[in-house]
Amino acid sequence: MSRISSIFSQPGHKAFIAYVTVGYPSIEATLSTVSLLAENGCDMVELGIPFSDPIADGVTIQKASFHALKNGVTPERCLAVARELRQQVSIPLTFMSYFNPILHYGQENFCNDCASSGIDGLIIPDLPPNEGGELESLTQKHNLDLIYLLSPASTEERIRLIAQRSRGFIYLVSVTGVTGARNALPSDLKVFLSRVRKVSKQPLCVGFGISTPEQAGQIATVADGVIIGSRIIQLMDSGEPDTAQQIQDFARGVRKELDQ
Amino acid sequence: MTAQDEPSFVSSSYFGQFGGRFAPETLVPALDELTTAYKKIQGDASFWSEFDSLSHDYSGRPTPLYFAEKLTDHCGGARIFLKREDLLHTGAHKINNALGQGLLAKKMGKQRIIAETGAGQHGVAAATICARLGLDCVVYMGEEDIRRQSHNVFRMKLLGAEVFPVSSGSKTLKDAINEAMRDWVTNVRNTYYLLGSVVGPHPYPTIVRDFQTIIGKETREQVMAKCGRLPDYIIACVGGGSNAIGIFHPFLKDTEVQLIGVEAAGRGIAVGKHAAPLIAGSIGVLHGAKSYVLQDEAGQIRETASIAAGLDYPSVGPEHSYYKTTGRIAYDAVEDKDALSAFLLLSQIEGIIPALESAHAISYAGKIASSLGKDKIIIINLSGRGDKDMDIVSEAMEKKQ
Repeated sequence: MSRISSIFSQPGHKAFIAYVTVGYPSIEATLSTVSLLAENGCDMVELGIPFSDPIADGVTIQKASFHALKNGVTPERCLAVARELRQQVSIPLTFMSYFNPILHYGQENFCNDCASSGIDGLIIPDLPPNEGGELESLTQKHNLDLIYLLSPASTEERIRLIAQRSRGFIYLVSVTGVTGARNALPSDLKVFLSRVRKVSKQPLCVGFGISTPEQAGQIATVADGVIIGSRIIQLMDSGEPDTAQQIQDFARGVRKELDQ
Repeated sequence: MTAQDEPSFVSSSYFGQFGGRFAPETLVPALDELTTAYKKIQGDASFWSEFDSLSHDYSGRPTPLYFAEKLTDHCGGARIFLKREDLLHTGAHKINNALGQGLLAKKMGKQRIIAETGAGQHGVAAATICARLGLDCVVYMGEEDIRRQSHNVFRMKLLGAEVFPVSSGSKTLKDAINEAMRDWVTNVRNTYYLLGSVVGPHPYPTIVRDFQTIIGKETREQVMAKCGRLPDYIIACVGGGSNAIGIFHPFLKDTEVQLIGVEAAGRGIAVGKHAAPLIAGSIGVLHGAKSYVLQDEAGQIRETASIAAGLDYPSVGPEHSYYKTTGRIAYDAVEDKDALSAFLLLSQIEGIIPALESAHAISYAGKIASSLGKDKIIIINLSGRGDKDMDIVSEAMEKKQ
């Protein structure tokens, strides 16, 4: 069983997955925030490798990415951050990256270096399974989970395809749209989840637009986990001296709602 | 003459190793829907008769193939012809694709159209067609391009389009496409993305090419009628590459015709300030397609530079990348200063003000024409007119003085 799959092995446990952009606002902040999240009920962290053209991201993560790039963050540095984090935390770590930096690094080298740096899986928003064949076999060779995304716009045929090909869990995008905190949850989320449940026994985690512990709790009544990104970036962004306290309170709040 | 004369390769998403569909899952069903709709119109006589009729009476097709006698004399070698896409309604070849896709959107029942634009030519063409077909139009345009092409921004607004400035990244065409894709991913159920060049995820490179091949088909008939033979060279500028693939495509099998695509060398390939991915780039994925891309050692997309906003793009249509590797099309690049000289030359000796984009092709053609015999024929795709470029050119001339 992969480290990611083991999150979902305890019956009734709902996964709290967090996203941070590596190097935003600084490498030190990434290191301390991931540790803080892991200590306060987070089950897995997605480490975002910044990209110059993040077409699936809203304003918050776009800004974080551009800032990180200005800080000189590269895939190599992200791998170094993963190696350091692996010494500090035991929760699974994945990379969230657009495809081009991985292609440019070399898919085989990248998978090899991910595995040796303690990375457990990859999430690539612009790589649907139709284009993912090569990376799928390389990730399997290196015991990495390649997690695919599903959208409310996906047809039944695509739900079946992705259910078959995704490893670890399936990432359900809550709305048609880009990442970013939203005030309200889409009303058709239940329908979407039941469409996927019909054809898949895989764990289903919902991301995009989740910004409060209460929303996380609502989603957990139908999903196996929630993914929160932009809201955490906003908390890291606040620049206030008690940022760490705020992140800790937020993580505990999410954990509490998920455990209810 | 329509796209149905030739089989369309719409069923394959790749040109060799290039192309594909590297797009968020949310867009995949929409791209499938578009592919299906596009296949369906291949045999739809009413679609093509409306396309032909509007191409003729509204856009102004066929465009002339003009013997540029003065330019020919000036260069003192091969005979130079200009395919006058600059004479089309809205001033560039972009209307061919906007019309085709606008009609397709209408067939698909999509009322809201989004488009990206660099120089503003595609934005104006999209806004024009939306006005004519009664569709709502939103255009994304980089802030830097809005600044240098303000005239076209006003035209789009006049035509009823909403123009959204894009302030992220390099604030040019690449970022306008990013923002259009974000809009599409959000409003995918009721929105048609009218992409303006042979880039993006499958099936866009095929669809846009098919609507632009009308340029090459006409050229072929016209050169046969005027000269009784095929040309020796066809030269076109390449940004995304739609005007080039449009004129080249019907000549691909005629190996005696040399096809040359001219990219923007900007302030110089050597100094790294250019927009020439086929000359100085490497294979990567941008905006849903695998193609030649300008990127740094970490796989980040590099900023580009060109005097011509329509060429200021860090990637290129995947079909061009394919023909680069097969060698069927040759590619070269022309610097800003040479494009500017060609712009002035054509204005002064032919009384034709070309778009700065097209001026790259003119510059290149002028260079090779001098070394060729008078029996040789060169055709340049004059893809657009230069009215939009007055501010840039006057600024550049002041700097020079």
